[in-house]
Amino acid sequence: MSALLEVTDLVKHFPIKRGILIDREVDQVKAVDGVSFKVGRGETLGLVGESGSGKSTACRAVLQLIKPTSGSVKFEGQEIAGLGRRQMRPLRREMQMIFQDPYASLNPRKRIGQIVGDPLKRQGVASGSELRQQVQELLERVGLSSEHYYRFPHEFSGGQRQRIGIARAVSLKPKLVICDEPVSALDVSIQAQIVNLLDDLQDEFGLAYLFVAHDIGVVRHISDRIAVMNEGKIVEQGTADQVCEQPKDEYTKKLLAAVPIPDPRESRERVRNG
Amino acid sequence: MSEPLLSVQDLRVGFATEEGVVQAVDGVSFDLRPSEVVAIVGESGSGKSVTAQTIIGLTRANNARIEGSVKLGAVELTSADDAEMRKLRGERIAMVFQDPMTSFNPVYRLGDQIVEAIRAHRPDTSKRAGKERVVELFEAVGIPNAERRVDDYPHEFSGGMRQRAMIAMALAREPEVLIADEPTTALDVTIQAQILGLIEQLNRERNLATILITHDLGVVAEVADRVLVMYAGKVVEEGTLDEIFYDPQHPYTWGLLGSLTRLDRPRPHRLPQIAGSPPSLLELPEGCPFRPRCPHEFSKCTQYPGLEARLADSPAHRDRCWLTPEEKRGKRQVEGQIGLEAPR
Repeated sequence: MSALLEVTDLVKHFPIKRGILIDREVDQVKAVDGVSFKVGRGETLGLVGESGSGKSTACRAVLQLIKPTSGSVKFEGQEIAGLGRRQMRPLRREMQMIFQDPYASLNPRKRIGQIVGDPLKRQGVASGSELRQQVQELLERVGLSSEHYYRFPHEFSGGQRQRIGIARAVSLKPKLVICDEPVSALDVSIQAQIVNLLDDLQDEFGLAYLFVAHDIGVVRHISDRIAVMNEGKIVEQGTADQVCEQPKDEYTKKLLAAVPIPDPRESRERVRNG
Repeated sequence: MSEPLLSVQDLRVGFATEEGVVQAVDGVSFDLRPSEVVAIVGESGSGKSVTAQTIIGLTRANNARIEGSVKLGAVELTSADDAEMRKLRGERIAMVFQDPMTSFNPVYRLGDQIVEAIRAHRPDTSKRAGKERVVELFEAVGIPNAERRVDDYPHEFSGGMRQRAMIAMALAREPEVLIADEPTTALDVTIQAQILGLIEQLNRERNLATILITHDLGVVAEVADRVLVMYAGKVVEEGTLDEIFYDPQHPYTWGLLGSLTRLDRPRPHRLPQIAGSPPSLLELPEGCPFRPRCPHEFSKCTQYPGLEARLADSPAHRDRCWLTPEEKRGKRQVEGQIGLEAPR
């Protein structure tokens, strides 16, 4: 069986332009520079890297939110790289995204019901009272209450807003959800809630996740496999435990060594051993 | 034990809002000794940042009511007037903020901004002497090519370098106390490790007493000597670093410890989580404010316990929980780790 998502040699270069009348391209930022990975059905691939490593750009290029410079993105065997908005629309039902900033990713002028129900309405899945009922069930499923339907985003905390974003992303029962730093803006205690919720939804709906984060601890917890990205390239790929316990690449080792150990004795030990 | 450098006694900070008074800080007391690092930990809204900002006099708004005492040596900070406060800031007590992206003025060179801060206290410093001092400071906090980089604008610095520049500015007048409010939250882990290393080094080499505000116990484990855990404006547990990590007494602390992901342990099936979210300070539940989220709640919890020493062998440890130490030791283990059981 083929992978759900197969990305081969994905490249996204941004031009650097100079000049007043005539824009000359003087250089390129190689944000994503030949990246290949696969995500199987119901599987979670974690993508870790520091800011500027190109992980968010890679996600956007996979979803065709930005046009890749070159390379292939196959979803269920179908080539989607370079497809236009209209051609992508039926596929959007199968692949959704959860964004990092729960304060910026919800329209402040819309009610929660509209925000979560919009994908269902646009894809013609439900309308009227049936739509409302489905949205309310979704809200309860992600740990909110059905009476939140008529509220506005500003009435919610960061963790609750992220739950709203999750409800919106899973409303169409997609096969793939791309999570771009879904917990990095949240308190540690709330992070655990959201990670557990994502885990539960995966079991329930058979979702596959492409989980992007800079926090390797969270990524290891949720992922089956991990790919480590640095300067636009994937430097190491393997099962979550392999990458975290026997890293091969120097950069991966550096990244792992920098993670604080929440254990004073071990962290003192680490200081002593340099 | 040496005399405290900074002594906070029963600090209360309330803000009048249209919906009522928000008691953001509700009776916080602690001492900070020379060269000590005290960490204040809690979720957003726990009052940790307001405590820090009040110490340095940044919460003096028309709608704020500040009670209690903050003493820096012999000086009472809560009643010091603005001119006095301005003199003390930088000179004896300085602060580093979370967001290095917005803490500098983008249209002035970094060096000039720091020289301005130096000259505000010492108007007789020449511009050249000021700049030399900035170069020294940049070198002290590990900014490479210091001589050239003082003439850079903030946007030419990366996040980590900007945080170093912030620390350099805070150190300009050689203060005795540094308050660091989430200094590494906006940074990548590799940069975070460098900044924590820098704070530790300053602490060791310059005897700089530090108050570290953070929501991340991983960061705390690396640098703190003592820890205060805050919830809904009150300290719910305080103790030495080892007491908090190896014998925590408050269920909220268990929750914070449990929800950390640990690379040095096998992965648990589920992360132990704290259910629900922090309470609104306008509608606090009766008794212990953590009660609605606590799986170990029982009848006595409708009264709020005082912050008391409950462990026979550690007199400096205090917490607010009615359970006995034996009961706590029995309840706090989840999958071999300290945490709250995940409600399912």
